[in-house]
Amino acid sequence: MYGGGYIQEEKQEATSPIDDAQKLAEFEARIDRGEKIEPHDWMPADYRKQLIRMIEQHAHSEVIGALPEGTWITRAPGFRRKLALIAKVQDEIGHAHLLYSAAETLGKSREQMINDLLTGKSKYSNVFNYPAKTWADVTVIGFLIDAGAIVNQVANSKGSYGPYCRALERICYEESFHLKQGHDAFITLATGTKAQHDMLQDALNRWWKPIMHFHGPPDKISEHTAKLMRWKVKMATNDDMRNQFLDMYVPKILEIGITIPDPNLKKNEATGQWEFSDPDWDEFKRVINGDGPCNAERLAVRQYVEEHGKWVRTAMMNPNQKVVIPFA
Amino acid sequence: MSKIPLNTPVLDPRIKRVDLESTYGTTAIGENEHWISWEVFHQKKRGDQHVHVGIVHAPDAQLALLFAKEQFGRRLACVNLWVTKSSDIFSFSYDDEDIFDNATAPEKQYREASGFRVMEKINRYKKSKQKA
Repeated sequence: MYGGGYIQEEKQEATSPIDDAQKLAEFEARIDRGEKIEPHDWMPADYRKQLIRMIEQHAHSEVIGALPEGTWITRAPGFRRKLALIAKVQDEIGHAHLLYSAAETLGKSREQMINDLLTGKSKYSNVFNYPAKTWADVTVIGFLIDAGAIVNQVANSKGSYGPYCRALERICYEESFHLKQGHDAFITLATGTKAQHDMLQDALNRWWKPIMHFHGPPDKISEHTAKLMRWKVKMATNDDMRNQFLDMYVPKILEIGITIPDPNLKKNEATGQWEFSDPDWDEFKRVINGDGPCNAERLAVRQYVEEHGKWVRTAMMNPNQKVVIPFA
Repeated sequence: MSKIPLNTPVLDPRIKRVDLESTYGTTAIGENEHWISWEVFHQKKRGDQHVHVGIVHAPDAQLALLFAKEQFGRRLACVNLWVTKSSDIFSFSYDDEDIFDNATAPEKQYREASGFRVMEKINRYKKSKQKA
């Protein structure tokens, strides 16, 4: 009760599948009052499970997302772009760290999470399984993928789990710089020479499908989604977030003379909903299950890094130290 | 060491240099290999309190400070950081949250500035003086 930290194994008890009805009612009442849930609180096993899955995936996405961009640091056009890209990539790794820490408070260790990433057991954002072939790809990622992520992160920062909200607040602050530098680079190419403009248009043409995939498959309002939204694990449906993203960013793409490679994309003013061609959800499923252009390369890079850093980590380990779940 | 075929020609120049396909193997990270966790406290400017901002993993206090500087002293104003082992933090349980209820209870108004209304009494006195 007043103990200093708590050891990982103790957590198992709290993930029992049998949820106490009275505790569940108190838990839901707390969320309804707009209060946050903290790590040591009682929580339904499914709440814990879904949060770990979501925060862990988010953390992996930051780590893997830094790879296509990191590749371009040496080739960024100009000193200022290079500095900005270095700062952005460092931020992304910092975000991963904040998120792993938040997930750890739920009882899964960082080592376990990274192992699950390496074996392909846990996923990361599907967009990072596509290559960044030119500088314009980095520009599209920096502007539109980050924009999509911000829509998602701003929504989730109002969720019910305290540590995740705290991490996201800081992340959103740094993301505002990512978005702005991406927008700046995007405008520079769009309004530059014909070669620059064409390179950007080509990159956007290739990235449009992954961008439409970004917020996940269309909602089937299932019992499951409804429960996660009631528990404020999910704050908006995939379709709502995609719609909000299109509302905000389609005008910003069109206003500088770039076209969107979907003739059916238009806003239905009556419903407020965007209509678009099927972005090929079969491809989405195929790629997320490992068969994308870069899946193997992304994981191979992580493997390489873990393997070659292992001797440093183990050399500094103190076998007498016990792993304790972080506090907040 | 097992080989994993990469679907597309590798684009990352770093990967080309390390000849990734031939060095690739499966690595599992052992428990505790990422070290223990440390709670980080951040002081924005001299005169402010140190405020808890998150954690880092490190094998010892010196490296914990170095990682804390990188993670929490990188972007925002900062003059000082503290780190302490997570296992050295002692806390109440949220189950006992109600023991703090009387800190803000309405019947404790007698120890709040807002619990005393002097203007009414002054005005009443001034009025009675004018009448007299």
